[in-house]
Amino acid sequence: MKARIKFRKYGVLKFLGHLDVMRFFQKAMRRAEIPIAFTSGYSPHMIMSFAQPLGLGITSEGEYLDVELAEQVSSKDALARLNQTMAEGIDVVSFRQIQEDKKSSGMTILAAAEYLVLPKEAEKSALREYNCIRPVFPATWEAQIGAFLAQPEIVVLKKTKRSEKEVDIRPMIYDFHMEPAGICLMLAAGSEANLKPELVMDTFLSFIKEEDMKLHYHRRDLYAKNPKEDDAGFVPLESLGWECDPAGRSL
Amino acid sequence: MRKLALNDEILLKIEKPARYIGGEVNSVMKDPESIDIRFAMCFPDVYEIGMSHLGIQILYDMFNRREDVWCERVYSPWVDLDAVMREQKIPLFALESQDPVKEFDFLGITLQYEMCYTNILQILDLSGIPLHADVRTDSDPIVIGGGPCAYNPEPLAEFFDLFYIGEGETVYDQLLDAYKANKQAGGSRKEFLEMACRVEGIYVPSFYRTEYHEDGTIAKVYPVYPGAPERVKKQAAVTMADTPYPKDPVVPYIKVTQDRVVLEVQRGCIRGCRFCQAGMIYRPTRERDVEQLKEYAYQMIKSTGHEEISLSSLSTSDYSELKELVDFLMEECKGKGINISLPSLRIDAFSLDVMSRIQDVRKSSLTFAPEAGSQRMRNVINKGLTEEDIIHGAGQAFEGGWNKVKLYFMLGLPTETEEDMEAIASLADRVARRYYEIPKEQRNGKCQITASSSFFIPKPFTPFQWARMFTNEEYIARAAVVKHAFLNQLNKKSLRYNWHDAEVTVLEGVFARGDRRTGAVIEEAYRLGCIYDSWTECFDNEKWMKAFENTGIDIEFYNLRERKADEIFPWDFIDIGVTKEFLRKEWERAMKAEVTPNCRSKCSGCGAAVWKGGVCVESKN
Repeated sequence: MKARIKFRKYGVLKFLGHLDVMRFFQKAMRRAEIPIAFTSGYSPHMIMSFAQPLGLGITSEGEYLDVELAEQVSSKDALARLNQTMAEGIDVVSFRQIQEDKKSSGMTILAAAEYLVLPKEAEKSALREYNCIRPVFPATWEAQIGAFLAQPEIVVLKKTKRSEKEVDIRPMIYDFHMEPAGICLMLAAGSEANLKPELVMDTFLSFIKEEDMKLHYHRRDLYAKNPKEDDAGFVPLESLGWECDPAGRSL
Repeated sequence: MRKLALNDEILLKIEKPARYIGGEVNSVMKDPESIDIRFAMCFPDVYEIGMSHLGIQILYDMFNRREDVWCERVYSPWVDLDAVMREQKIPLFALESQDPVKEFDFLGITLQYEMCYTNILQILDLSGIPLHADVRTDSDPIVIGGGPCAYNPEPLAEFFDLFYIGEGETVYDQLLDAYKANKQAGGSRKEFLEMACRVEGIYVPSFYRTEYHEDGTIAKVYPVYPGAPERVKKQAAVTMADTPYPKDPVVPYIKVTQDRVVLEVQRGCIRGCRFCQAGMIYRPTRERDVEQLKEYAYQMIKSTGHEEISLSSLSTSDYSELKELVDFLMEECKGKGINISLPSLRIDAFSLDVMSRIQDVRKSSLTFAPEAGSQRMRNVINKGLTEEDIIHGAGQAFEGGWNKVKLYFMLGLPTETEEDMEAIASLADRVARRYYEIPKEQRNGKCQITASSSFFIPKPFTPFQWARMFTNEEYIARAAVVKHAFLNQLNKKSLRYNWHDAEVTVLEGVFARGDRRTGAVIEEAYRLGCIYDSWTECFDNEKWMKAFENTGIDIEFYNLRERKADEIFPWDFIDIGVTKEFLRKEWERAMKAEVTPNCRSKCSGCGAAVWKGGVCVESKN
């Protein structure tokens, strides 16, 4: 069976890099005795793939990894066992069965990521259980965001490991609006187009001539294109899986 | 949620911030309000090295079993963070609570190799603890050292309040109880030290004086406090079955050097190689019970989720229940994607069979440690391995599909001649020749024989403790002799030779056998900016040479003279069971190239029998 695990990463573990998160889950699977499947050969490794790495310093309540299991397990049982072996700053939100085919993997279908951006000092309110009482950014930003997005194109210098190139990021910004808790960004993610929230905010801040503002980034969820519609709607990766019982029946 | 000692800005700027956040699976959190003793356990090197050390895991687990103690971990901040902490005056903290080390009752520092001595000063300095024990006050932690380098604690004597000599499993409880009683009675630091020196195995350096002859050698070492013993007795856990073992070791987030479950199958070694300190100080050899080991292995794999388990000991092949243990592990790990690693195995039919079952033969290489090239030299060092063993073992391996062999040697051994040096190359060549005896169609391409040499450093409590060392230039000249000999070999295209750094060797030599006066050099080197000396990218020999010059300490005195038979050594006040007479007898046999049998084939009366344990009491027929 294949399963999709959704997890949160916050607090001190925002300093844990992507490779170490992978290592963490490999060990956690063994501790929790999840019957994960291995590749064959002399150095078998777990069949496991993460939808999207998370940058250092960013917190998240919507991270995903897909795993292949050698036996059927129930969502409830696997979730409980995994959460018994997590650490401070990482916990599993859901464990759901997904379609077997490769085309359904989180990495393949990933299309967008949603972020909450807030002032560095308000970092703690990123997780939804903290209620935000007063808006964290000036109300004047509302209009400035409108003007920023109204530009026909937003050309920035995008740096990769190998090169630098000019890219119009406007088409990759699906949503950019103010909420009491901060700024909500919906950005392109995945192999076709990918945009980092830091690049968007840096560009915006220089557009409004705001300098030296320290921000915290929090990922809320990862999305796939809605398979049921032809339009640009998105659905969380989690919603494409289903809770299953020990016999593999959908609940 | 814990609050970190370092702010986000710092953590995002430095390399591998996860080194400093603590909170790993199986790390222990306690409420400081309900604790009597807070112990900071330190490995004075970077996290990845420190977290790979079994001894600390054992003590961490053992201390935390006590309800009145909270033991936390401390490692050296890497140079990037070191600079930030100095600049911003951030005190060094323990990983679990993130509280400053200075607030702890104890700072325990493990002494694993000489080249981390400047890092000890870094730890003290960043913690805000005075470097010298004699100026510390009741508000400073008690600084205690232990581990193999504590068998000659003298170079570090000024920096420590106490040393624990020997294995930690025996008297720590007694020491902690004494501390607690003294604290509750409102006793001073000095009063605690007076209590501590009465605990067997505890050495309080400030209670001892050394007098020197005019030629610089030691005239006498004596206690100046009446309660302090003349000789400090090494501690050994006589029955391994009764000692605690960390069944839930801390699982690091980041990849550390030893990223696996470590199962210590036995302590000590029966072989008696004359250069090897571990082979003498851990006598008698004590095996662990195989049934207990199976249980530990199972529990540790379960509690850590590690993908590899490694058997640890000085000579795993000598463990009498090895076959049973390996069979169990192979069965247990099957289908779970868990690897088994077996370092320090003798190459024979059994080990080759095991290895071919647990690893990919084509990719892996086999390691032999002949330590010396010629048979004469191997007899001098009492390394039982013969050339026939090596060629035979390599031959079996080649026929089993291996084609890569690593050979480890030492240069600069006592009595070494040019012939012995050249023999390293010819031995490597004979291994290669054995490979090409296999018909071409059955061979797996060319073979690759890699020989490496390090320079021999005489260590305290070994038969070679009287030996002289050489200068930097002489070491390089010896390596050049070997290099040249390699170029003359028939199979030179299949052979590689590399040698270790000589500058570090010279320093290690000074501090391995140094006396109290050498502490000044360490302090001066630290003041000149030396830390992380075991890291090539940080090591700065010029600064060290300057430190010797500034303190007037003469390297030649420590390294270039063969010590007289009756010379008093700085470490002679420690009683390890093995007698100085035995070591001297072994030195003399070495000079005659005479081999001494191992403990199992014939007892040599080394003195370790006083422990009445392990191999000394195994069924004596």
